[in-house]
Amino acid sequence: MTTNYGVGVELRGLTKRYGDVTALDGIDLTIAPGEFMTFLGPSGSGKTTTLNLIAGFVEPDAGHIVVGDRQLVGVPPHRRNIGVVFQNYALFPHLRVEDNVAFPLRERRMKKADVTRKVGEILEVVGLSHLARRSPRELSGGQQQRVALARALVFDPQLLLLDEPLGALDKRLREDLQLEIKRIHNEVGVTFVFVTHDQEEALVMSNRIAVFNNGALEQVATSSELYERPRTLFAAQFLGDSNVLRGPLQRRGDRLVLQSGTLSVEVPGHGGADPAVNEAALVVRPEKMRVRPHGHAVSPTDNSLVADVVDVIYLGGRRRLVLEGAGQKFLVDEMAPEEQYAHGDRVVLSWRIDAGILVDVHPGGSTPSADAPPSLERATL
Amino acid sequence: MSAASRRGILSRSVLRVWCVLVGLLLVLPTLVVVPISFSDRRSLMLPRGFSLQWYVNFFQDPQWYGAALLTLRVGVVVAVIATALGTMAAMALHSALGQWRGPARAFLMAPMIVPGVITAIGIFYVALKTGLTQSYWGFVLAHTVLAIPFVVVTVTASLAGFDGQLVKAAASLGAGPVSAFRKVMLPLIAPGVVTGALFAFLTSFDEAIVSIFLSGPFAQTLPVKIYASVTQTFDPTVAAASTLLLTVTTVVLILFGVLSVVRERR
Repeated sequence: MTTNYGVGVELRGLTKRYGDVTALDGIDLTIAPGEFMTFLGPSGSGKTTTLNLIAGFVEPDAGHIVVGDRQLVGVPPHRRNIGVVFQNYALFPHLRVEDNVAFPLRERRMKKADVTRKVGEILEVVGLSHLARRSPRELSGGQQQRVALARALVFDPQLLLLDEPLGALDKRLREDLQLEIKRIHNEVGVTFVFVTHDQEEALVMSNRIAVFNNGALEQVATSSELYERPRTLFAAQFLGDSNVLRGPLQRRGDRLVLQSGTLSVEVPGHGGADPAVNEAALVVRPEKMRVRPHGHAVSPTDNSLVADVVDVIYLGGRRRLVLEGAGQKFLVDEMAPEEQYAHGDRVVLSWRIDAGILVDVHPGGSTPSADAPPSLERATL
Repeated sequence: MSAASRRGILSRSVLRVWCVLVGLLLVLPTLVVVPISFSDRRSLMLPRGFSLQWYVNFFQDPQWYGAALLTLRVGVVVAVIATALGTMAAMALHSALGQWRGPARAFLMAPMIVPGVITAIGIFYVALKTGLTQSYWGFVLAHTVLAIPFVVVTVTASLAGFDGQLVKAAASLGAGPVSAFRKVMLPLIAPGVVTGALFAFLTSFDEAIVSIFLSGPFAQTLPVKIYASVTQTFDPTVAAASTLLLTVTTVVLILFGVLSVVRERR
């Protein structure tokens, strides 16, 4: 397998409307050569539209798409030389595995011997050499998706688009294939753009994640950046669990305080948020919170409140406490629980002031609620 | 053996006998011509002995074999043209047209629904104006109009089970629209296309109403010749002709049956 280096992708002011609906509202995005970029967002957020625009299945109403040094707007999909992997595999059912994989090479009128050699090599990469003569319908879902991967990579595209490729597979298989796809990415060096609505998958797979919402980009960052320093409430809630306190922000001396109902908590000053805003949100990840028996002393660098234990959930490697305090619900994850708590126990809940993340609240923007994680798409598959 | 399963077998055999009876009711009147065609008598009556005289007569009389030849030549060309046009129409109905899909479908189906005589009058009028009566292409054009709906129906059914993603996939792999159609779409909708072609051929092959309007002394299709023969003469050659027509039709239907079995298996 020749390693060919992937190309960069530049999206500038990319806009797509369907009638009155704006599916994509002027997004700008730069993808580095060889990068594994994930498009993450709920259904209808514009991530698949963006993918279809890059692939050329739909044309934008405005904006530019540059892949490598080629301007692609107006170029039909069969001249773009971009590999695409579809959610339902889209293998040609009337062709055997090897003929499916040979398809793009034959379209390019490659010599017979070269076709045979390249098909053999790529089937080796995806570990399916022994199934070359089978019909696609004799294969399992995971095997079919490997064939689709091989077929989309065999013609050495410099960019591979994957549209929720694991959505139709069960959890175990999905995890196997996630690692497999990462390995193939490392092996072939092609730029990968991976669309998913599954936040865990995004965390596992990517160099960087682009979070889509309502046809716009919320944030583009590495997984850890996105988790540790989300910029918007939407990004914070879409990726991982979070405790959110909302309310007006005030400056008290050299401290910044957020007033959420009866609760007032100190927020880190480095957020750069305008202290005069009426509505701000503080995000604290569940594992950054600490629970101790009622009456325990609290450090001055911590925010704290008294809360009642509502539920204790055992999650294998960790324990999740559901608490209620100051009229709000809190989630706390403990990796190494020190005390046993039960429903009704009164406790002190605390977190370091600088563990809080001040994020933008969208004016009128939709935010996924904590109770209904944005994975409804998956349930309907 | 339990009583219930015995009852099941009983009711199944009753059903089988019933099916055979209905089948005979449908087929017997048609099959009457078969023994007559082998008759040694000189009128349209059941035979006392076996003879091939009417078949000999059929293939020696240019009026008869000419009609048969014309019918075959028309049928084959109609099958080709109607299949091409009908397939394209079905594809347009499947993936384009938007809100015009319904009206377009109704329009395409019209020749199947409008009473044959009405269609025939319309076609006759146009054929008179354009000098297409009693001409080969007149029959071809008229029959093509009648055959297209059958192709549209069968190809539409095939397209309903066709995954549109495959065309996108083919495009992403470097196949232009023509190549994607030829290598991906056509092989997958082939059963519908072939079935459509067979139906188109049959439609033309045994079409009588429009053909009566378009026929004349110099150009007659076989069904028209049969009709004329029965109504104007007592020539038993008509039985031989009918038997031949019946044979061709049956063979095509059996082909169709085999094809649908093959499709089931795939």
